[in-house]
Amino acid sequence: MIAIVDYGMGNLRSVQKAFEAVGHQAIVTRESSKIADASHVVLPGVGAFGDCMNNLIRYELDTPIRQSIACGKPFLGICLGLQLLFTKSEEFGDHQGLGILPGIVKRFTSLSTTPGLKVPHMGWNTISIQQSSPLLCDIPPASHVYFVHSYYVVPDDSAVTCTTTEYGNSFVSSVYKDNIFASQFHPEKSQKIGLQLFRNFGDWQ
Amino acid sequence: MLAKRIIPCLDVKDGRVVKGVSFVDLRDAGDPVEVAKGYDLAGADELCFLDITASHENRDTILDVVACTADQVFMPLTVGGGIRNLDDIRGLLEAGADKVSINTSAVQNPEFVKAASRRFGSQCIVVAIDAKSARVAGQSQGSDKWDVFTHGGRRETGLDVVEWAKKMTEYGAGEILLTSMDQDGQKDGYDLGLTAAVSQAVSIPVIASGGAGSLHHLYEALAKGKADAVLAASIFHYKEYSIAEAKSYLTQHGIPVRLLEEYSVASS
Repeated sequence: MIAIVDYGMGNLRSVQKAFEAVGHQAIVTRESSKIADASHVVLPGVGAFGDCMNNLIRYELDTPIRQSIACGKPFLGICLGLQLLFTKSEEFGDHQGLGILPGIVKRFTSLSTTPGLKVPHMGWNTISIQQSSPLLCDIPPASHVYFVHSYYVVPDDSAVTCTTTEYGNSFVSSVYKDNIFASQFHPEKSQKIGLQLFRNFGDWQ
Repeated sequence: MLAKRIIPCLDVKDGRVVKGVSFVDLRDAGDPVEVAKGYDLAGADELCFLDITASHENRDTILDVVACTADQVFMPLTVGGGIRNLDDIRGLLEAGADKVSINTSAVQNPEFVKAASRRFGSQCIVVAIDAKSARVAGQSQGSDKWDVFTHGGRRETGLDVVEWAKKMTEYGAGEILLTSMDQDGQKDGYDLGLTAAVSQAVSIPVIASGGAGSLHHLYEALAKGKADAVLAASIFHYKEYSIAEAKSYLTQHGIPVRLLEEYSVASS
C-alpha cells in the first residue's frame, strides 16, 4: 500500500486518483502508524515552504518520513515534497527543511539573467535526463511535464540530479538517490507521462 | 523550453456545458467530465471551467463537476465564476481545482487577492481582467489605454488595465487571464496591443482571451502579444480546428508547444 502523507497542504485527491488510475492502491493519511506500515511513501505539497515544514512538525510527521526513508522504503516527493528534503529554503526568510539531502532552495530571480522571466515558472516544460532511474522507465527523453513553482533546489551533491530543465538557466527538476525520487514537476497533472511515473513508482521495490 | 499553452474554456451552467461541443464519440456533449476527457485525449494543456450558474442554490453543482473531472483527468484545471470568499476557494481546491480565477471580487476588494494568495499560494490564484479599449469614438486607431470592466463586462470600474494588472501582481496573483471585451466573440483576432501591454508590464504569466477565430490568431497572441498561453472556446468546441492542428500550426511558425505525438508515447 502506498501512503500519501497528508499534512494539510493542498489537495491530495489528484495524487491518490492518479495512482488508482494506474492500478496502485493509495491511501491519504496523517497517521504515523499507517506511514510505517506502508510499502511506499509519497510526500506531496503546495504552498509556502515554512508553512509546510511547520505542519509536518505539528502533525509529528517528520520522524515517520525520516524513518521510512532510512529503512529503504521507496519514497516519492512532489513539488514542495522535493524541496522539503533539502537543508533550507530562502522562501520568506530562511527556513530549515528535513535536511535529508544537503542543499538549498532558491527563488528563480536569483538564478536568471534573463530579463522578463515570468515567475512562477508555470506550464509544460521538458526534462533532460541526467541519470537513469526506475521512475523514468518508458518515459521518453525530453518529455514535457507540468510545473508550477517559484523556487528550485540546488543540491550540494550534483550526483543526486536526475533531470534538469531549462528556465532562464538550467535547474534541477528531479533528484534520485537510493530509495528517494523527488520531482519539482507535478506527475499528477502531467497527463500520460505523469501517470507512467506513478506506475513506475508503484512498481518500484 | 517552456511551452506556450493552449487552454480550452468551457462555460458551465447548473453543472452542464452550455456551449456546443462536437467531439466525435462523445456520449454526452453537455457533460463537463466527458468534454474534459475529450480535451485530455486531444492534448489540451490545461482546462478552464467558467461557472455561469445564476441561481445561488445551484452553485454547489460546480463542486461535483470539478471533483468528477479531477478524478478522471490528470491535467491542470482552473475554475472561475462567482468566487467571493476564501471558503469558495477552499471548496474548489479541495474538490480538485488547481487554480481559481477571480474577477469581480478582486475589483470589489483587492485585499481578497492578497489574503487568498497568502492562504493558498500565488500559484493557484488567477486574476481575470475584462478589458475594453478606452478609445475615443470615431478614432480608428487602437488606443494604448484600456479600462477594467466587471460583472461580465457590464460595469465600468474606471481602473486602468495595465495598472490594475501590476497591482494584482503585487498583491500575489500568480497569473493574469486577460479578456478583450472588444474582441470577445468577434473571431477576428485577439487584441494584440492590450495583450502585449499587460504581458510586458507584469512578471507573472498572462493568458490571452477573446477573439480567436483562426490558428493564425493564436500565433499572433503568443508571438506579437507575448502571451504565455491562449484561451479559446468556440474554435475548439465547434471543431473548426483541433488542438493538434493548432499545435502543429504553432510549431511550424516557431512557437514552442507540447506536441501530441510525444505525449502519446507513454500511453498504456
